[in-house]
Amino acid sequence: MANKRNKDWGAYLYLMPVLVILLAFHVLPIFYSLAVSFYEWDLIGQPEYVGTGNYSRLFDDPLFYKSLWNTIYYAAVSVPLSIFLSLIIAMLLNNPISAIGLYRTVYFIPVITSINAVAIIWNFIYHPDFGLLNKILDIFSIDPRAWLQDPTWAMPAIIFMSVWKGLGYNVIIFLTGLQNIPRHLYEAARIDGANRWHQFRHITWPLLSPTTFFIFTISTIGSFQVFSQVYMMTPRGGPLKSTMVVVYYLYRKAFEQFEFGYALAAAFVLFMIIFACTLFNKLYLEKKVHYS
Amino acid sequence: MFKFKHPEYIPVHTLLIVGGIFMLFPFIWMIATSFKSQDEILTTSKKIVLLPDIARPGFLNGPEEEKRITRKEEEAKLWQAEQAKPAEQRNSKIRAPFHWLDNYIFALKAQPFYRFFLNTIFVTLTVTSVSLFFASLSAYAFAFFNFPFKNALFMMMLGTMMLPQQALLIPNYIVLSKIGWVNSYLALIVPWLASAYSVFFLRQFFLQLPKDLFEAATIDGCSRFQFYYKVVLPLSIPSMVTLGIFSFLANWNSFVWPLIVTNDTNLRVIQVGLSYFSSEAGTRWGPLMAASTMTILPLVIGYFLAQKQFVESQATTGMKE
Repeated sequence: MANKRNKDWGAYLYLMPVLVILLAFHVLPIFYSLAVSFYEWDLIGQPEYVGTGNYSRLFDDPLFYKSLWNTIYYAAVSVPLSIFLSLIIAMLLNNPISAIGLYRTVYFIPVITSINAVAIIWNFIYHPDFGLLNKILDIFSIDPRAWLQDPTWAMPAIIFMSVWKGLGYNVIIFLTGLQNIPRHLYEAARIDGANRWHQFRHITWPLLSPTTFFIFTISTIGSFQVFSQVYMMTPRGGPLKSTMVVVYYLYRKAFEQFEFGYALAAAFVLFMIIFACTLFNKLYLEKKVHYS
Repeated sequence: MFKFKHPEYIPVHTLLIVGGIFMLFPFIWMIATSFKSQDEILTTSKKIVLLPDIARPGFLNGPEEEKRITRKEEEAKLWQAEQAKPAEQRNSKIRAPFHWLDNYIFALKAQPFYRFFLNTIFVTLTVTSVSLFFASLSAYAFAFFNFPFKNALFMMMLGTMMLPQQALLIPNYIVLSKIGWVNSYLALIVPWLASAYSVFFLRQFFLQLPKDLFEAATIDGCSRFQFYYKVVLPLSIPSMVTLGIFSFLANWNSFVWPLIVTNDTNLRVIQVGLSYFSSEAGTRWGPLMAASTMTILPLVIGYFLAQKQFVESQATTGMKE
């Protein structure tokens, strides 16, 4: 009965606070930053129009490619690893076992804690001389390493810590997805003689695919924006810039070297990459998703 | 405790417990380290010692540990002897023996963490409560009214949820610096008073309320605002609480934005304070772990208190996003 056709400007009284703030701080800045990315500007002097100069400089900078590569490395390892581990944990939790609430709480604690505090803890765990990790590895007679100071190991160390931190979130979402799969399907499969692997392959995996797709999409977006742990654990981009990621790159350009136009060009390129990835997920991967 | 009515699940429990220890151990290690002296932390011994010296009787350990404990006792005696002398004759190289709260005291003296806490609590509570109020107003309008450009506005709101936060960092900083808000509470608070996610979340909930109720009430002369705060708000307390917890967590842990818009120590929030302390404390791991413990503990305690509500809502809203 939506006949009160549409002169209800009074509704805007209710919308006003949110609309004004969203427009001012979340919508207009996008257009503004696109405009500024065509200027050279340190915020103090006069902005100078350079056309696509910032972009061509960006694509000439080997450090930008390095940071792009590091970001892709981070995403390509952390996203599948986290999905794999959290799916296993969620499937374990999806059994009719006791103390399930306690387990969920425990796995979720790293998610609620702040990335900075957690980064400090792991800095200490990874410490070459006094760190827990090297002490544990010593039990298995593995030589100690300077994890965060070693160009080969710095990024894997950060990935490992990030997966640990974010695991619980994915576990909870997978668990909801698993609980939505009707139990009778498994019973029917068992009667037909399907083993556990077949049940997983032909029931769990396809019916869980909307959840997996959701987690994959948001984790990919999130991992392209990785910043805090890199900033806290490997100052100045790590050994041989091996942990320099794109957001850290543009943070440095803007707030340490005051090249705001240039940094915004980098931000815009990052945004386009994230957008392209999301579009690819949506158009290509989602075709493989099984929606009931 | 656990009665194993189903022994076939013992392997499942075993795996989950091993994983659980793995999730928790870093925090246990953090708390234990926060009560250790620099001596105990900077030991190159390969042995893994969880408990700090102050928490265990000396005789439980091997000869090497015993030696260390006696050395500690000797140090304590030396210190006492030194304290007995008049102040000007004291040897300043002799340090006081480690007291269990020393790391916490060191951290609190090095950085005004109490000030950071007050800032964080102030900003977090303001943003959480005001943004909830604003969001509920908008959600109410989206759920119950018909107004021009309704769909376009709703799409715009959903669109802002998909933008990467980092893309907004720099332009917002530029704008704030031009209007002179950098280094003020306004910069920490105002941009976050609107949350598209909260509007969306509450709208979904409001849509489940019976529309007839609204029509009946307005016919009976109840104004739209009266209906909002007499009917809609009381009914939506559970979802408001859930959202409130989300918002509280996000604001308590927010780091990059406050890092960029404030450099005045008096305005620092806890996460930024922690990051500064981490770069200045160097290898003083004891105080660092004490500071991390202080940052994490309020959240973990709050989480345990609100656990049931939170995990359940997390599960449902995660899917709707």
